[in-house]
Amino acid sequence: MADTLTTHGNGHAAHHGDYLDDPKGLASWLTTVDHKRIGLMYMWSVFFFFLVGGIFALLVRIELLTPKQTIMTAEMYNRVFTLHGAIMVFLVIIPAIPAALGNFALPLLLGAKDVAFPKLNLASLYVYWTGALMAVTTLALGGVDTGWTFYTPYSSTTGGGVTLMVLAAFVLGFSSIFTGVNFIATIHKLRAPGMGWFEMPLFCWGMYSTALIQILATPVLAITLLLLCMERVLSIGIFDPQLGGDPVLFQHFFWFYSHPAVYIMILPAFAVISEVIPTFSKKTIFGYKAIAFSSVAIALLGFLVWAHHMFTAGMSLFAGAIFSFITFFIAIPSAIKVFNWIATMWRGSISLEAPMLHAISFLLIFTIGGLTGLFLAALSTDVHLHDTYFVVSHFHYVMAGSNLIAFLAGIHYWWPKMFGRMYNKRLAAIGAALVFLGFNATFLPQFVLGSRGMPRRYYNYLPEFQSLHVASTIGSWILASGLFLIGAYLLASLRQPKSMVANPWGGRTLEWETDSPPTTHNFEGQPVLQHGPYDYRANPAPVGVEEHIH
Amino acid sequence: MNWFQNWMLPKAAATHAGDVDGLYMFIVYLTIFFFFFNGALILYAVRKWRRRSAKEVTPHITHNTKMELIWSIIPLFVVMGIFFWGFKGYVKAWVPPNDSMEIVVTAKKWVWQFEYPDGTRTLNDLHVPLNKPVKLVMHSEDVIHSFFVPSFRLKRDVIPGRYTELWFTPTEPGVQQVFCAEYCGKGHSDMLARIFVDTPEQYETFLREGDEQVRKMPLKDLGKLVYENKGCATCHSLDGTRGQGPSWKGIWGETGKGADGKPYTVDANYIRQSVLQPQAVVVQGFEPIMPTFQGLLREREILGVIEFIKSVK
Ligand code: HEM
Ligand SMILES: [Cu+2]
Repeated sequence: MADTLTTHGNGHAAHHGDYLDDPKGLASWLTTVDHKRIGLMYMWSVFFFFLVGGIFALLVRIELLTPKQTIMTAEMYNRVFTLHGAIMVFLVIIPAIPAALGNFALPLLLGAKDVAFPKLNLASLYVYWTGALMAVTTLALGGVDTGWTFYTPYSSTTGGGVTLMVLAAFVLGFSSIFTGVNFIATIHKLRAPGMGWFEMPLFCWGMYSTALIQILATPVLAITLLLLCMERVLSIGIFDPQLGGDPVLFQHFFWFYSHPAVYIMILPAFAVISEVIPTFSKKTIFGYKAIAFSSVAIALLGFLVWAHHMFTAGMSLFAGAIFSFITFFIAIPSAIKVFNWIATMWRGSISLEAPMLHAISFLLIFTIGGLTGLFLAALSTDVHLHDTYFVVSHFHYVMAGSNLIAFLAGIHYWWPKMFGRMYNKRLAAIGAALVFLGFNATFLPQFVLGSRGMPRRYYNYLPEFQSLHVASTIGSWILASGLFLIGAYLLASLRQPKSMVANPWGGRTLEWETDSPPTTHNFEGQPVLQHGPYDYRANPAPVGVEEHIH
Repeated sequence: MNWFQNWMLPKAAATHAGDVDGLYMFIVYLTIFFFFFNGALILYAVRKWRRRSAKEVTPHITHNTKMELIWSIIPLFVVMGIFFWGFKGYVKAWVPPNDSMEIVVTAKKWVWQFEYPDGTRTLNDLHVPLNKPVKLVMHSEDVIHSFFVPSFRLKRDVIPGRYTELWFTPTEPGVQQVFCAEYCGKGHSDMLARIFVDTPEQYETFLREGDEQVRKMPLKDLGKLVYENKGCATCHSLDGTRGQGPSWKGIWGETGKGADGKPYTVDANYIRQSVLQPQAVVVQGFEPIMPTFQGLLREREILGVIEFIKSVK
């Protein structure tokens, strides 16, 4: 029904051909500097690795169906869960929203023709592919059995492809830095005339805070990983006590990056949700500045709390107290956002299209994910729960649950813009429901497993834990079937003719003012902003488009 | 709601578990409350304000400072409360009482070794007396492990190259499960240990007779273990070479002369006496330097030494 809302702007047949077909051919894609094409290539790559990481996840869950060996040996199991984690973190969740959706949507939302450094953007994609190839090659070297956290001295002494995997993560870091630099410059320099900082769509604020972390924290990871490689290859003795090093130092370095990195994984999700909820509530966002500033606050606070991953590693009492104290402050901006989103829906005109269904499931899942952080931020309860399935469940709620479901919301939101086609909405609603149910069925039991004492990364376990593991494994299949359904109808939609209107959802941000799919240069001329991003007062007010020669 | 707590947490078995459980359950209820609270708000909004026509107009509400302050400040107070509660429990679990019994824990792929104040060592089975504070001094011989006792709500990493400590006062007799919680490779999930929380009588028996392993070991092997671990080997050789004390080679059944000229025969009584009161008979030509092992060896270990000496030919 919303499809017919607005067809103003440049909804008529484009004069230039759209960016998907002009120019044609594989070579033109591989050498493109168009942010939209780069975004799509990132998206397909992320989908691919999500499939690979997902298959490893299902294997892990099948193995855990019984307390002893089910389908693989302990060595295999350790490699499978490591690869699952490393692929999901470095190749899927970190790039999913910023590199795929961000690349596609950010310049459109700003009314820009492209990102600030288009060639750097293409380079970041190739760097990503290189890193991905290296990560996959480790399989041929006997795999990696360290877990995605690479804790020393285990990682500096075990065999297999650890060195290559660590180098892969190092390379992938550069891809992330390039994207971050590009986004910061783009947001500073390429906003449409009339778009002040506080007239930017909130998605841009989310990308901005993410980019800040990417360029400030990733170098620390890069150095840490290089040190680990040197340790393995040259035995320099920084982390290995046998060589006079300190194994806990690695954890400090690692989490100094990786804690902020968990916010690289969630701020983009906030960014997507802040677009979807106003559009499908047809109402201006509640507390724009609070949402914008809380993203930046989370990005900055994220640098001060890394050692909360190490409360049981023998820190001093004082250090533990400080890190715990600061960690709690992260809960506040997260809470503020949730209330703001719900307030945006209040007295709105709510349309339950697929993106909105995913946004609602995000709200529920993130509530659990964020609140379960409190158990881990509090010192005495963390001592019990650290390194158990409780933590596994907590971070899946925020990473897999919140980040991926927000990613799905974004995919469904911008799909008609990307391809000029609509997916089957009934199947989309079923898919969203299956993902929500399957996700909770998989991970809710794991909270109980963890608080009952089941440690993480266990191949064998005590029989008393079996029923909860079985429940979790069944959940994983429901989740997988939802995701397969989504993949199937999205692909099927691409076989229809392009017939989408410019603004199928009645959105008020600039990307809806151009064709679906957009032309190569995004807009006919330079769009000039005439109302705020979520301003539904004039209903619907056309946006002025100055004709420019280009 | 007690069943709920009993389902979420293993039965508490150490003094400070209660504190952790109180906070844990508080946050559980907080989480459940906010999940349903937010869920209800969303459900209400979706049902009440579901879009009915494309032309609907919504109010233009940009923010409401008072409300936003309220929903920032209330959570702030709640989380500060949680912080202090958690901090209190952590401090309690930090400083062991002065009179705690000290046990040295060595972790290696993939076993736990315990060494008691009297020098006894056990593998994977730890015996502790009920209601007495115990302090573990832990280190690792290879990678990082983590000593985790769910029913005590305690966990601490065991790290190569440094000592870490953990203390507890067990309050429930019986067996408690220990896990390794830091990933340490192939045998990580089998690196299990058990803590036997003994009543005073059981603990006495353990000290007197050793744990099951010691009790079941053939006497001769036990004697060899004592010879190697309790310092006999520093003075007594097994191959006839003269050390600080006489070699044990072939002495069973021999007769000899003491420093005071009185003859003696190496039999069970003689060996027993030499271990417990070494100065009673000093072999001619040796200094009276052997220390007494009174209280350091269990009855069965002395029998083991006798069997072992019999076998050294
Ligand atoms: C904003 C969304 C959040 C994200 C993306 C996130 C992500 C993560 C991830 C990935 C881990 C596990 C890392 C690993 O060991 O592999 C983790 C653990 C942790 N999280 Fe969160 N989290 C979020 C919210 C929170 C909140 C609101 C708090 C505190 C109030 C919190 C406190 C913690 C703590 C203390 C740990 C360490 C637990 C342990 O290892 O014992 N988190 N988080
Ligand atoms: Cu271990």
